[in-house]
Amino acid sequence: MTPEQAVTAVETVTAVIDGVEVTVPKGTLIIRAAEQLGVEIPRFCDHPLLSPAGACRQCLVDVEINGRAFPKPQASCTMPVENGMVVKTQLTSPVAAKAQEGIMEFLLINHPLDCPVCDKGGECPLQNQAMSAGRPESRFEGTKRTFEKPIHISSQVLLDRERCVLCARCTRFSNEIAGDPFITLNERGALQQVGIYENDPFESYYSGNTVQICPVGALTGTSYRFRARPFDLVSVNSACEHCASGCDLRTDIRRDKTLRRLAGDDPEVNQEWNCDKGRWAFKYLTSRERVKHPLVRGADGELHEASWPEAIAAAAAGLKGKRVGVLTGGRLTHEDAYGYSKFARVALGTNDIDFRARPHSDEERDFLAAVVTDLKTTYADIDKADQVVLVDFEPEEESPIVFLRIYRHVRKRGLAVTSNAPLSSRGSKKLNAKLIKNLSELSGLTTQSVILIGERAAETAGILSAAYEIAQSTGAKLAWIPRRAGERGALAAGAIGNLLPGNRPVADTSARVDVQSAWGVSDLPSQLGRSTSEILEALGDESLDAILLGGVDPMDISADALNKLLNTFVVSLEISHSSVTAIADVVLPVAAVVEKSGSYLDWRGVARRFDKGVDDADLRSDLRILSILADEIGKPINLPSITAAAAEIESLGAWDGAKVSFTRRAAAPASTDEFTLVSWRFLLDLGSLQQGETNLAGTAKKARAHISAATAAKLGVTEEDSVVISTDRGSIELPVSIREIADNLVWVPRNSEGSQVIPSLGFTSGAVKVAKR
Amino acid sequence: MSTLTPVLSAHWDESDSFTIAGYKRHGGYDALAKALKSTPDEIIALVKESGLRGRGGAGFPTGNKWSFIPQGDNKAHYLVVNADESEPGTCKDMPLLMANPHSLIEGIIIGSYAIRANHSFIYLRGEVVHVYRRVQKAIEDAYAAGLLGKNILGSGFDLELTLHAGAGAYICGEETALLDSLEGFRGQPRLRPPFPAIAGLYAMPTVVNNVESIASVPSIISNGVEWFQAMGTEKSKGYTLYSLSGHVAHPGQFEAPLGITLRELLELAGGVRAGHQLKFWTPGGSSTPMFTAEHLDVLLDDEGVSAAGSMLGTKALQIFDETTCVVRAVLRWVEFYKHESCGKCTPCREGTWWLVQIMKDLEAGKGTEADLTKLLDLCDNIAGRSFCALADGAVAPIISSLKYFRDEYIQHLNQGGCPFDPIASTLFETAGA
Repeated sequence: MTPEQAVTAVETVTAVIDGVEVTVPKGTLIIRAAEQLGVEIPRFCDHPLLSPAGACRQCLVDVEINGRAFPKPQASCTMPVENGMVVKTQLTSPVAAKAQEGIMEFLLINHPLDCPVCDKGGECPLQNQAMSAGRPESRFEGTKRTFEKPIHISSQVLLDRERCVLCARCTRFSNEIAGDPFITLNERGALQQVGIYENDPFESYYSGNTVQICPVGALTGTSYRFRARPFDLVSVNSACEHCASGCDLRTDIRRDKTLRRLAGDDPEVNQEWNCDKGRWAFKYLTSRERVKHPLVRGADGELHEASWPEAIAAAAAGLKGKRVGVLTGGRLTHEDAYGYSKFARVALGTNDIDFRARPHSDEERDFLAAVVTDLKTTYADIDKADQVVLVDFEPEEESPIVFLRIYRHVRKRGLAVTSNAPLSSRGSKKLNAKLIKNLSELSGLTTQSVILIGERAAETAGILSAAYEIAQSTGAKLAWIPRRAGERGALAAGAIGNLLPGNRPVADTSARVDVQSAWGVSDLPSQLGRSTSEILEALGDESLDAILLGGVDPMDISADALNKLLNTFVVSLEISHSSVTAIADVVLPVAAVVEKSGSYLDWRGVARRFDKGVDDADLRSDLRILSILADEIGKPINLPSITAAAAEIESLGAWDGAKVSFTRRAAAPASTDEFTLVSWRFLLDLGSLQQGETNLAGTAKKARAHISAATAAKLGVTEEDSVVISTDRGSIELPVSIREIADNLVWVPRNSEGSQVIPSLGFTSGAVKVAKR
Repeated sequence: MSTLTPVLSAHWDESDSFTIAGYKRHGGYDALAKALKSTPDEIIALVKESGLRGRGGAGFPTGNKWSFIPQGDNKAHYLVVNADESEPGTCKDMPLLMANPHSLIEGIIIGSYAIRANHSFIYLRGEVVHVYRRVQKAIEDAYAAGLLGKNILGSGFDLELTLHAGAGAYICGEETALLDSLEGFRGQPRLRPPFPAIAGLYAMPTVVNNVESIASVPSIISNGVEWFQAMGTEKSKGYTLYSLSGHVAHPGQFEAPLGITLRELLELAGGVRAGHQLKFWTPGGSSTPMFTAEHLDVLLDDEGVSAAGSMLGTKALQIFDETTCVVRAVLRWVEFYKHESCGKCTPCREGTWWLVQIMKDLEAGKGTEADLTKLLDLCDNIAGRSFCALADGAVAPIISSLKYFRDEYIQHLNQGGCPFDPIASTLFETAGA
């Protein structure tokens, strides 16, 4: 055995379960070793990702070690397999079988047996295991314990204490996995119950997982309660559209309507968890605000419903032969982004395309093309990391599953986390993160370290350069984690002015020839495209005639972006009515996530595929519409389907030639303003894909202005007061929260109720005035 | 014929037995001075050799428990004294703490020195405020006398002693639940392993001992192993406190060698209350299967009681005469266990809830003999299936009463109610008595 093998070799133990020998890694619990043999021992409190509890006692089995039998049956969920162990489960031991039957009978005596009206009925571990491990009839003739049904433990989670079997899965999850110990078991005996704290509501971003892992119908989601029976649902595999974490999801649909979403099981990514936004923010799909039919602005200046041929003709007429810019938002799939990318180059003859519907910089564009396209960092690197550095990145708010992964290692092995941020967020506190104000303060980085850069790094000149340089000099692994699900795919698809699909530099002749031959076109534009802000400027000074928008909210970019769209020809491909559809000349409705298939590239650059679950002939993918539009313009892009696009992406492959070069930018000079605004988004906020889900919104963090104690003293305010933060454009008024933050900074959430910084103040960071209200 | 061997209780009748002066008058704290001259390992060896077994119920050898603490591990060690005496019938630690708290404090200092602990805790049952005050005063006095704190008796050994009042939960007498409670959590038993000796209080190596076990240590140091071993039986050495309560002429604590019999104890206590006969009794509190008059000569040590089908437990002998309805007595006990079940595991939580309902029906004469079979089957599904031993204690009185008094249950059923006059069994009732 070589030293390397010695390190990786797993020590195993061998035991006999129900007469069958099984060899498992040391430390494997009996219940899991039995699973490997196909022996399913009934269980409630056991969960492979939670610490063992041994509370429900349903998994009792007979155990002997080296001929010595335990006098009593043992909980197989708490006992690791040992060499020489002989285990007899309910299949071979009458004692174990009777013990399990007895426990099941006990569990049911205080259970209401209201299965016919319970959401869990039909997919309930208690129901199923009562059938497999229980008595045919109960011997209980007494009085059941009763509680008021159900109580809200948050706006989105309901608790029916009568149904609870007190397995403590929910409380262990909240404590161990989410780091949000907001629920706990109270009282004792049969009156024991899950409870919330008087002053701290169950406002965890991960609370929905407790509903999913509840083995009975005790915890239910408000939005799904009484909506469906499991056997009426059709499940499709899906991927989450809300961020770049890349969660595997299961979407449950009844009669073409999404009724709920569950975390899928992907050990490499989300394990079995997801965040509440991913779980519950899908009401936009069935919202009244959905655009259902094409709209064309008539001679009267109003939008009118139109047939598809009419609308396509109108759009083509407005775009054909014109100087057009293309902006695609962050919601696009890899395939759709590819469609826009090809459409811009082939049908519109331009590289004026940018997916960055947010503050951005040229430094970032070069960084994306030169550096990000090559990054291979994954969750496994976080697992092995000796240090994680967060650069302008708040994982709990901006990529919650990345947060869970880091938190796991902080909890398990005290992983060191350093965060370049103006203040310590709740997420940072949970990660016990050391705060730095400048990347030059970093130390101790090795090739095992991981630097995670958020999209907000583009907002401060020099940060990306500095992070890249540090990674280069230390060998630390780098990752860029955008907030939105579609950005990494859009980058790979070339939905940006300096890259063609497959990371091919626009400026590179051979790269263009590559793409030309693949697309069967004679020529591709060679001039570097404009960035998002340049495209908007160009609309203003009329060096562009028209714009094609795919899922963009101008208020994510700048306060005057919408104004720039007013006097130009606008074609909007949208899911729902918005400020853009209101001013567009042609609005083309598109399919959303379950209404089409496709894939997102998560922050690792790995495809997360999802299937179509809803068949609505009126809703086509962006790609399909663009293909029709290109045909109408007379410059076909030949992408009739998602499959065709995927195949073309596949055959085109990634560029192996020279990369765009990245030149270091100087750091921004320190601000001399009295107050500078800093901000980021909360996970749950006013984002358009969260519209309509009020239960979810109920657990969103409330906006407060964070200022230092010295600033508070200077302004004469306490946490009882509010401050007014203002610029020439407008102001926001928020209650004060006194925190450890530099005296010249004021932090507010970027897009929350009462705190929408771009519309109100005109930017996401910059000089502001702050005064007591 | 065994006689009394008062050691811990020798001077309870003195008006100042609970003060340092009263304690020292009879050689108190001499053992400490002696112990501090030995090495910690020598003390552990001595206690091991003495054969002292835990007096809290399980009878685990005290010296062995101390020797499980890893030495030289550069971790904080803790000695935690379990003074959460809450079991029905058990009444030895509270009187001991009232009358002779310094024997415990001296034992704690010696024990802490032996296991290299510099902080020790007494987890006291929350309801006994008078005991709390007395022990608190004793600790203050010990600090004032230089017996606690820094450099005890010039030995260089430091010890802090903290008295902690529980909030009134029987389960906190279970050592890991006690540790959780002491740490500020709800008292519920912890999963073992790790055992407290490896990861106990604040995840550090911890010894949890009963009050009487620790209080017995100074006498062993002072008088020597041979003195201690001269008392008791082959495997259960020394003296211990037997508590007699109930229908007995002179209830109280009787300090005697292990292996005394109830017959002998009853003689010392003046017998069953006048004019009545022994019907049933518990050897060690309500959680130990009951005995009857046929067990009067069972040797009251761990082996003797086990061989007769029960457990020595806390040596709390509750005596019931023929006026007592066994069904009613058992119901009261089961109600206690239902009330005290912590709720963590299913068989205890749900089982006790159910048992009470059945027992209530049986006492009211509702049901059939089939219900007795069902009751026994439920007990079988609870005993040995729960997370900790609380539920085993809950079913012990049911199983044992059905073993000896099945007819009395049936009599309830046949008669449609309880054949006994509950007033007659009360101690204040003289007419029926």
